[in-house]
Amino acid sequence: MSRKVPDQEYEKTLSFHLKQWLDGTKDFYVERVEMKPQEEFHEEESVKIDRNKERRQRMARIYDIANNWELTGFRRFYKIFCVFFCLFLVFMLLSAVSYMPSYGHPENPVNNEVSERYIESGIQETGAINIVTGMILDYRAFDTLGESHVLFIATCTVLILLRKDKKKDENGNDIEENDRIYEPKNDLILQTAARILVPPIIIFGIYVILCGHLGPGGGFSGGAIIGAGLILYLNAFGFKKTERFFSEKTYKRLSVGALGCYCLAKSYSFYTGANHIESVIPLGTPGNIISSGLILILNICVGIVVAGTMYTFYVMFRKGGY
Amino acid sequence: MEFVQNFPFMSIILSLFAGPVSTVLNGKWAKRLNLFVITAVGCMSAAVLAFELRTKQEYVYMMGHFPAPWGNEIRVGILEAAMALFFCIIMLLCVISGVLEREREIEEGKQNLYYVMVNLLLCSLLALIYTNDLFTAYVFVEINTISACGLIMIRQTGRTIEAATRYMIMSLLGSGLLLLGICFLYGLTGHLLMSNIKEQVAVLQASGEYHIPLLVAICLMSVGIAIKSALYPFHTWLPDAYGYSTLSSAAILSSLVSKGYIFLLIKIFYRVIGFDIIRDSKVINVLFVFGIAGMIMGSLSAIKENDIRRMIAYSSVAQIGYIYMGFGLGTTFGIIASIYHIVSHAATKSLLFVAASGLTDASGKNKLFAELTGSGYRNKLAGVAFTVGSLSMVGFPMFSGFISKLLFAQAAMENQHKMLITLIALAISTILNAVYFMKTVIRIYTPEKREVIQEKGFDDIAFWEQPVKSAALVCFIVLNVFLGLSSEPVIHLIQIGLSMFA
Repeated sequence: MSRKVPDQEYEKTLSFHLKQWLDGTKDFYVERVEMKPQEEFHEEESVKIDRNKERRQRMARIYDIANNWELTGFRRFYKIFCVFFCLFLVFMLLSAVSYMPSYGHPENPVNNEVSERYIESGIQETGAINIVTGMILDYRAFDTLGESHVLFIATCTVLILLRKDKKKDENGNDIEENDRIYEPKNDLILQTAARILVPPIIIFGIYVILCGHLGPGGGFSGGAIIGAGLILYLNAFGFKKTERFFSEKTYKRLSVGALGCYCLAKSYSFYTGANHIESVIPLGTPGNIISSGLILILNICVGIVVAGTMYTFYVMFRKGGY
Repeated sequence: MEFVQNFPFMSIILSLFAGPVSTVLNGKWAKRLNLFVITAVGCMSAAVLAFELRTKQEYVYMMGHFPAPWGNEIRVGILEAAMALFFCIIMLLCVISGVLEREREIEEGKQNLYYVMVNLLLCSLLALIYTNDLFTAYVFVEINTISACGLIMIRQTGRTIEAATRYMIMSLLGSGLLLLGICFLYGLTGHLLMSNIKEQVAVLQASGEYHIPLLVAICLMSVGIAIKSALYPFHTWLPDAYGYSTLSSAAILSSLVSKGYIFLLIKIFYRVIGFDIIRDSKVINVLFVFGIAGMIMGSLSAIKENDIRRMIAYSSVAQIGYIYMGFGLGTTFGIIASIYHIVSHAATKSLLFVAASGLTDASGKNKLFAELTGSGYRNKLAGVAFTVGSLSMVGFPMFSGFISKLLFAQAAMENQHKMLITLIALAISTILNAVYFMKTVIRIYTPEKREVIQEKGFDDIAFWEQPVKSAALVCFIVLNVFLGLSSEPVIHLIQIGLSMFA
């Protein structure tokens, strides 16, 4: 039960005021606090001129680089400090390395069961004679999957940075910017050399890719060789002839196809591996060209991506488009 | 093994595969694919989280036919699944809210490349969250760095190219130090798998062998990640990168990219080295000092800015400082506070960026403060959203920022030596935050004269004129208020997730 309060007393309480304020019957700021709109900002003309002059002087002082002692002081400090800092870093890292286990010692922690299994049963488990290939494309394939996408995304970033959309003239025809003004056209020596060199280079690249699981080599190195061959061909014969077989569309389709193939192949093996399903892909006889399960296919995929990346980098830096 | 358990692997592969596919699509289809991928990954993460909450048991997922120290594996627990889900939600909101800006600022032929970057960024974030292998983490750190760089410079003005160059240099320095640290650890332990390294490190610590290289490795990894996530003295790339890139890039970079690295650092602390060894190594004291410096200096720089986007960017420096200060406290509760702050800051900072873009849209695309006068009336929803974001940043009750400040203060109580400094720094930083955020709120709600508005040709923007952005803003506000009002389940989630971590 609440106590009944006389009206006069009630009108003094806080709740009464609050109710009045909520109902809007009385605003407590009206008549007590003077509400004024913000005063307009006025500035005398002379003050304005003074201010601008001062600002100009200040800017002149700041940008007077030759006589700005703060800047010169900072630059001197920066030079000395960065030398000392680098010396400190070098010293620290070198001394830390000197405490590390000595290189190549058989008792080192890196010579443990991990490398033992790679070396001893790598061939039976992956079917690849080249243990390194077996490691990067079968044991630790997830890392390599990421690594090939690093290459791909690097190409995309270079595309963002350097690609120019093709310009059209008034009639709607493409204006091919002449990229060879400063270079000799149809250089006979270069063309003859390229005619002789490019086929063996590309064939060698293909060999390195295909034999990645049998000996030294693999997708990364072979792809780089093929890319170099393509760049040589482009330098000798120009864009028109190269585009007959390698244009932007070709590159995109090839790289999407290769990366897609890689993703699918690895998804299959990840999925079956994690769910303990027996993989149906045979390993073949180690030493044969068609052996070692998925490694050959993955090597080809990686090779395509790397070759395309090399070539695209070159093309982008040269004229900003195919 | 249940089918749900495949989802983390599937979400990584899906987002990874969507990257290359986007290059052959045109901009419109690439956008649809991207939205589909983010939504699908979000749903899968939610399913994984539900599964984890039901079983309360972490599991490892073998990536291939070979068990862990030989092959790769990913590890899924409550914290990982929750982070993946949260990152997907924030990324989806960031991507949809910046559609208009993207179409205006990015060249026609490069639209699809933007989505390549977003897809691969999502993939790398997921991989950083789930991975149980240090070298896998490094590979995806690379993808993260390059895609973030692409996101900055896809809007091609002089400032963004400069910002991207700075970002590249600083970030590669960070990656290099991280890689050096991983190499040291590998040389000492002979393993790359997180749990195996932890065992070996515990053995080394007990025997006292290789004490100095171990310390150097810890330092290199912490400093590398601190540089990459813009801890105070390494923050110079940040204001330009966030201030001039296109809207969704700025929102994604500030709320997700730096957070992904910080999550990796937490993983290194708990799962690679062991938190006790980290605490004994005194590395956290260095992080503590720089975190406190960042809290104050970032806010001071933000006060001086007269460009709203750059001001919000500098405020990020201060917030990253908070997170590192939480690490520096050296208690599990401090880490919980930091993780909560990661969540809260990600939700708030992207809200602020989107709201600020709404305000600048109503002021003739001008980002200077003088032009923003009264823009809160011209674009009402953006004004409200900016106010909510500001209040949350300042630490007003009801919003998420309050809870994280409260958690930090509580965490400080557990550490007697650092309690006073932490509380003072929190107080100063809160006041400084209030100075620049409230300054902006007052500015956008100071009425501008009708003549001036007409003279400058500013338009009113009703919220149905930009439906997608408005919807995103509403979602952000709801998320913020949710985090502020019902923080208990979130903190509980982080707590049990972290206890599974160790």
